[in-house]
Amino acid sequence: MIKYAAQRLLLALVTLLIITLICFVLIRMLPRAPLPPGDPHTAIIEAKREAMGYNKPYLVQFGIFVKNVVTEWDWGISDNTYKYGKDVAQLFAEKLPATMVVNLYSILLSIPIGIALGIWAALKKNKMTDHLISTLTMVVISVPSFIYAFLIQYFLSYKLDWFPFLMEGGDLFSWKVFWSMIPAVLSLSFGVIAGFTRGTRAELTEVLTSEFMLLARTKGLTKFQATVRHALKNCAVVIVPSIFGEFIGIMSGSLIIENIFAIPGVGSLYLDSINHRNYPIFTMMTVFYTAIGLVASVIVDISYGFIDPRIRMGSKK
Amino acid sequence: MANEYINIPKEKFEFANSDAKLHDEKLQTKARGYFADALRRFRKNKSSVVAAWIILFLIIFAIAAPMISSFDIEDKDDVFRNFPPFVPAIADLGLGILDGSKTVDDYNELEMQILAGIAAETGCDPVIDASNVEEWSVIEKGKPVIKKSYVNVEVNAYYMKGLRFINISREEFLAIQEWQNEHQIQVIYPYVFQQDVFEGVKGNLPKEDASVWYKCKDTKFNARYDDNKEFIPAYCTDQTKASKIPYDSLRIEGDEGDLVYAIDKGSAVRVRVFHYTYYQFKNNTTPNFFFGTDDFGRDLFCAIGMGARFSLLFAVLVSAVNLTIGAFYGAVQGYYGGWLDLLLDRISDILSGMPFMVVITLFQLHLAPKLGEYGALVAFFLAFIATGWIGMSALTRKQFYRFKSSEYVMAAKTLGARDGRVMFKHIFPNAIGTMVTSCALVIPGVISSETSLTYLKIIDLAQFTGTSIGQLMSQGQATGLDSPHTMLFPALFVSLLLISFNLFGNGLRDAFNPSTRGEE
Repeated sequence: MIKYAAQRLLLALVTLLIITLICFVLIRMLPRAPLPPGDPHTAIIEAKREAMGYNKPYLVQFGIFVKNVVTEWDWGISDNTYKYGKDVAQLFAEKLPATMVVNLYSILLSIPIGIALGIWAALKKNKMTDHLISTLTMVVISVPSFIYAFLIQYFLSYKLDWFPFLMEGGDLFSWKVFWSMIPAVLSLSFGVIAGFTRGTRAELTEVLTSEFMLLARTKGLTKFQATVRHALKNCAVVIVPSIFGEFIGIMSGSLIIENIFAIPGVGSLYLDSINHRNYPIFTMMTVFYTAIGLVASVIVDISYGFIDPRIRMGSKK
Repeated sequence: MANEYINIPKEKFEFANSDAKLHDEKLQTKARGYFADALRRFRKNKSSVVAAWIILFLIIFAIAAPMISSFDIEDKDDVFRNFPPFVPAIADLGLGILDGSKTVDDYNELEMQILAGIAAETGCDPVIDASNVEEWSVIEKGKPVIKKSYVNVEVNAYYMKGLRFINISREEFLAIQEWQNEHQIQVIYPYVFQQDVFEGVKGNLPKEDASVWYKCKDTKFNARYDDNKEFIPAYCTDQTKASKIPYDSLRIEGDEGDLVYAIDKGSAVRVRVFHYTYYQFKNNTTPNFFFGTDDFGRDLFCAIGMGARFSLLFAVLVSAVNLTIGAFYGAVQGYYGGWLDLLLDRISDILSGMPFMVVITLFQLHLAPKLGEYGALVAFFLAFIATGWIGMSALTRKQFYRFKSSEYVMAAKTLGARDGRVMFKHIFPNAIGTMVTSCALVIPGVISSETSLTYLKIIDLAQFTGTSIGQLMSQGQATGLDSPHTMLFPALFVSLLLISFNLFGNGLRDAFNPSTRGEE
């Protein structure tokens, strides 16, 4: 098992390195931002660019970039009008908490609702309840998240005047900020709830028809006991990793939701870096999003290998 | 009793089938092919059938809407922006729909008076429903005065804009006169000077309001009424102020030819127009807005149609190209297997690990400037293809693994068929059902990403297609609180399209999947 996990991790790391290389070279090939003359930062940035090997071959530049990141966690300095002269890694570290907090609340809200709905639908398979829940899930998954965001802003913030339109600044854990976050959390949650519902229902319906469930019932367990003690336990091995995958996935934030509710998170940093053609930030965001995607898939893969020995055996040949 | 059957004489036996012909009876039912069977099962799935009809309807909408609309995507107007749905012909029926109505929370008497002024002058009454009146008294100059305030007034937003002063060229002035004569619709109304409106009123005159054409008794636009409780016109009759370009066209009722309709303003002509009829003159049609107007004052009905045309066409094209590339790639992977499979798998792994947003951005930054006029559009298209085919190739690969060891493939190989023939003549037809059905689920994915990206303004397609659904929605997001229809219609369209495509795709997938046969 450890060998399998190590293998998957190593593979993901190599993939990450190759993707970073490709993107890095493509980004460095773009024309550089002109530096404003006379600004106190200009000299520093020019020296910094020289140190980062801007005039050397791309592969050497990449080597320097990787070395800086690995040894000093140095991702470069913002080199145009957007956040001029600021340390990129530090900028990123400032933005990450808001994204994480909003997404964490969204997950915490979605897990119980999503799983409960999924279980309910699975237990009532092919009945009216199941059809209703499944169709609703389908509908909710299909509709883009910004439509929910608008509906929530229109009804909860505008008509009912319960919440502010945008997220407030300040301490992330104060009551005021928490309250202003709720519309964003709700808009994010619709899709996540539907995802959990669908996953749970699919998994549970399969487990419920398996033979050990029949055995449990013949043994004399009530349907409730059998479901809770046997079926759910078996489902959990699939659902729990999917929660981890989902959580890591949403760390990357929803660009659209952050944009609408003015959440000072990584999504807005990414959009700003594109709009301002700020390549150092863009490079870091690229690596971040790639890493997030790979880690999520590795976790899901490893957990599947954990559940199903055939998968990890398959990788040994 | 049993031994009665022991010795049965031979002659008592007879052949069971002495006459009957010994061959299989002809099958009474018709053989049902794979596709016919799939279609039958698809029809049983009611929600998918409904979804299919909705998709058809939306496609027809996308094709027809810009044709039906009286307007073009370029027809912008800077006054009628974000205005509610309005079709005068239907509004006249009094059904309460498409009447351009908008609810205003609170109007005081003066504001209502201005609306009444518009109604009296132009004959187009902006007030639809003002029955909700609250009365309250205040002490003014020591005496109690009853004040009225109108709550939740329903007004016609188009008429409510009233009149405005505009400077137009000589040519346009003459064109309007000609148009007025031809259609008998009043566009230019008699000119009004502030000093005539506030004749005998002391104090600083307020900012001019083109909708006020009557005499006022104070600077708050309080009208002075005559004995019949009617407005007293304050039209300009001083011919010396009139424009040198003669006005020889439709005149308002009661005008004996002594009212002034235009004055000179430098080289231009300054006139007072009713914007509603002025719009009719400019576009040669009444404002027929089934869905209202968007932030540029365009017909939303037409704009959604144009955006939808692009979205659908784009999604189908992207899916078709991805299907083709993915099919070839997956076929090679699945058929040859071994180290080639491993290598190609690594390549698609790396490509699929790249975040889509990053790919889009890089394509825009690198390719768009190099490809000329349509660069951004082409780069956008290529970015969707760059990583989009991977899902399809994985699917094809799986199908090829499944079929390549079957007997008929071995038979074909033994008979000397080359690899290409085995792949595309023998295996491919077996895999195609699964692939085509998955395409129905790829289309909504493409539409969804395209809408999100244009919504985020990562790419601006307006220069190529006039607009896009995403752009309409991002405008709707900004203006939707005051005029919800700007968000409602594009959002409704996209949601319906995505939901029905997903339902349709799911139905199709289940129908084409033989393993679910007999389960329904």
